[in-house]
Amino acid sequence: MSGPGTPESHPARGGLDGTAATALESACQEVREALPEDAVDGVAPALVARPGSTAEVAEVLRAAQAHDLVVVPRGRGTKMTWGRPPRRVDLVLDLSAMNQVLDHASGDLIVEAQAGTPLRDVQDAVAGARQRLALDELVPGASVGGALATATSGPGRMATGTMRDLLIGVTAVRADGVVAKAGGRVVKNVAGYDLGKLVHGSFGTLMVVTEALFRLHPLPAARRFVSVGVDSPEQAHRLAQSVIHSQVVAGGVEVDVPPHGEGATLTVLLDGIEAGVAGRTAATLALLGDAATASDDVPDTWGRLPWSTDARGDERATALKLAFALSGLEDVLRTARSAGLPVHLRGSAGVGVVYGALPAGTEPQAAAATVDLLRAACLRHGGSLVVLDAPAAVKAAVDPWGPLPALDLMRRVKDQFDPDHRLAPGRFVGGI
Amino acid sequence: MSGTHGTTSSAGPTTDPVPPEATAATGEAGARQDALDAVTRRAREVIPEEGIITDHQRLRTYECDGLAHYKVTPALVVIPETTEQLAAVVRACAEHELPFVARGSGTGLSGGALPRADGILIVTSRMRAIREVRREDQRAVVEPGVINLDVTRAATPYGYYYAPDPSSQQICSIGGNLAENSGGAHCLKYGFTTNHVLGAELVTPDGDVVELGGMAPDAPGYDLLGAVVGSEGTLGIVTAATVRLVRVPEEVRTLLAGFESTDHAGAATSAIISAGIVPAAIEMMDALAIEAAEAAVHCNYPAGAGAVLVIELDGAAVEVEHEFGEVERLCRENHAFELRVATDPAERALIWKGRKSAFAAVGRISPDYIVQDGVIPRTALPEVLRAIAELSESSGVRVANVFHAGDGNLHPLVLFDDAVEGAGAAAEKVSGAILDLCINHGGSITGEHGVGIDKAAYMPRMFNDDDLDTMQLVRCAFDPQNISNPGKVFPTPRLCGERPGRRKGAHPLQESGLAEVF
Repeated sequence: MSGPGTPESHPARGGLDGTAATALESACQEVREALPEDAVDGVAPALVARPGSTAEVAEVLRAAQAHDLVVVPRGRGTKMTWGRPPRRVDLVLDLSAMNQVLDHASGDLIVEAQAGTPLRDVQDAVAGARQRLALDELVPGASVGGALATATSGPGRMATGTMRDLLIGVTAVRADGVVAKAGGRVVKNVAGYDLGKLVHGSFGTLMVVTEALFRLHPLPAARRFVSVGVDSPEQAHRLAQSVIHSQVVAGGVEVDVPPHGEGATLTVLLDGIEAGVAGRTAATLALLGDAATASDDVPDTWGRLPWSTDARGDERATALKLAFALSGLEDVLRTARSAGLPVHLRGSAGVGVVYGALPAGTEPQAAAATVDLLRAACLRHGGSLVVLDAPAAVKAAVDPWGPLPALDLMRRVKDQFDPDHRLAPGRFVGGI
Repeated sequence: MSGTHGTTSSAGPTTDPVPPEATAATGEAGARQDALDAVTRRAREVIPEEGIITDHQRLRTYECDGLAHYKVTPALVVIPETTEQLAAVVRACAEHELPFVARGSGTGLSGGALPRADGILIVTSRMRAIREVRREDQRAVVEPGVINLDVTRAATPYGYYYAPDPSSQQICSIGGNLAENSGGAHCLKYGFTTNHVLGAELVTPDGDVVELGGMAPDAPGYDLLGAVVGSEGTLGIVTAATVRLVRVPEEVRTLLAGFESTDHAGAATSAIISAGIVPAAIEMMDALAIEAAEAAVHCNYPAGAGAVLVIELDGAAVEVEHEFGEVERLCRENHAFELRVATDPAERALIWKGRKSAFAAVGRISPDYIVQDGVIPRTALPEVLRAIAELSESSGVRVANVFHAGDGNLHPLVLFDDAVEGAGAAAEKVSGAILDLCINHGGSITGEHGVGIDKAAYMPRMFNDDDLDTMQLVRCAFDPQNISNPGKVFPTPRLCGERPGRRKGAHPLQESGLAEVF
């Protein structure tokens, strides 16, 4: 074993015997003792393995199985506190060494990347061909695998969908170390079960994705943002609906509603060819009224979560993801305004997915009451509310995932893929 | 065996692909009959008499789907009208371990709805309500028997339509589209069926009714809906779907371009995509496919064309106008000798008529044919088309090419005359070789027709044992008894309850007659 760290500072290491560490070292070139910053939402692992290939990931997982180690996969580590804390972690499986864009077939509009590759690197790799992976980097520095596991999405989803829609093939390693592929290198492909859909948003509890294939889109030649201040949930709703049902073909329709609704805005993205963007910008200005303005500049709030993603521990906001049918926008905004706490909502009014933040330091019971209130609003409109992240005391006081149907089927899926519950146990819905 | 025989043909055996139960003792057969009787009794309790078919002659109406090559008479057909009726029948099947197969309009082209002789066929054609059209939410909730085009018809008054449009959209059902994830010509821009289904009410193989997804996006938990769509009826039966409606575009323009060769048409396709233009559709037909379409529907395509492209752009008017000019220019630069622009819906319909009738039209120039459905990366088009031409030349089997050029989804029509001895076998061979070409170029064995019974044997060429075993884990979670459309999609899957691993030879439980392989 190599690397810094002492047994005294990492008591969890005491739970592992030497043979497990030896097995991991023979499975993977880089194995080290865990540091405090390797903790997964406060749960300390003993070891970190950093494999360099799918084959090494498979070896590591086989060794973990042989020695009954609980594993949490990690991409770039930007969202390790999302979800519930795992029940236990012995090993963090760090995929940051798997950071290569493997193939960019520009004529076929596809790209293949390793799971630990930063999304930004994928964009850089394809931009030369005037293409893009049509996915917003919602959490700065996020990897392909991390974005996939947590199903993050930004404003662009209105036009091009989420990673669920862009992912066309995966290579993943099961908890027992078996490597499996699904999908392929073509967009239109219906052979076999779509395992890519199953791993999307699974928080690392089903398989460890090591490589992923995506379809690409052309980079738009021009883009413009049209913004207007809104002073009521009713107005935000009415304007959002007018844009959605119009012919302006918006690339995104976002609301930003700070606490108490002060300085709330609705912003519409128009992108495409210059001539078209000019015409559609004019049409959008007409729809949004005299107070609307157009700009070439990306608004500060665009594609950013309404909380600081750098905050750690008790400094964290309580971070929410709200989803609802489009007709529920007004009710959701109104409910947030009526909550006793300052709630900041920001996200896709044009899709029905917005993110919410309660300030750091919110008293847990108050946070839980507000979550219940907002969740009820989302449920009224066919949706859901998930507490993505929160300080430990708040997480303990709330139901982070909320009620959901088909939980029994989800448990059966988990039991088939990971019968020993070795992968990130407890992080996901229903204690999965 | 591979492909669809467009005419009822006797090429190849018309056999029951369900292996005869060689080991079945009288006792086992008796037990099966008892199970069937019990399920029939239960079905009669919940479904009106007209929805129960036991008469052998009437059962034969359902012996095949659009892939008429395989025929199996089901033991019982039930046609429920409600989710509750359907779920009650499935529960009875689960209780008695009786296999069931779901069927919509029966237009599938891979034998996905081929019945089981020892099981029941559940037909969803009477579950045909459009429960809701919600303009404000851009959603419709429809039952599985609803015809694809009827969703668009219901949404049009609101300024919306349903984007997935298989060529059979006037007759195929939404339930079948979901099962096969069959998309059609507009997948290139709008994505395929799975991208347009937000929720489903699913009757699981246990007979439970569960809601997956719904009106809102991003339902928490595993994306079971994503697994169900395209699972070909092996994970349960969808009894209602919440689908996304898409705004009717401000402008639609359709162009027909005639080229001397498929090479030129392929180059034009690549040039358009490379220019950053995403058309709503780019469809290609070669000379033989054009000949067939002309013979059938007199679509008046450019005379002497070795290939035509049908290109459709839609969206905001200014954008469409501009990009259409680009497309025209790129077609000319790539040697289009004739361009024809549809200026009204009637002209657009005529252009599409030739394309959409191509499969049926082939019947005019060949007594029998196989429809193949493979996918290749778009850039491999010229190479693969040349290889298909060589295959055709060396085998003497004619192949007409009709396909979605934009996304590389090929539909070669392999022509033969069953009256000629050996012709059917030769056609099968060419059809299979085309699939191998697709696989070798990193493509897929199906883009929209499904694997069904027809291509299950090809799955191991695309996926290895570990891939297939992993997919079986999904099956085992949903359907541990293996009663939901067993025998489809996967060649020789593992038994549920057994841990994954490589197999050699027959499974011991199977050999001893204690268990059935599915």
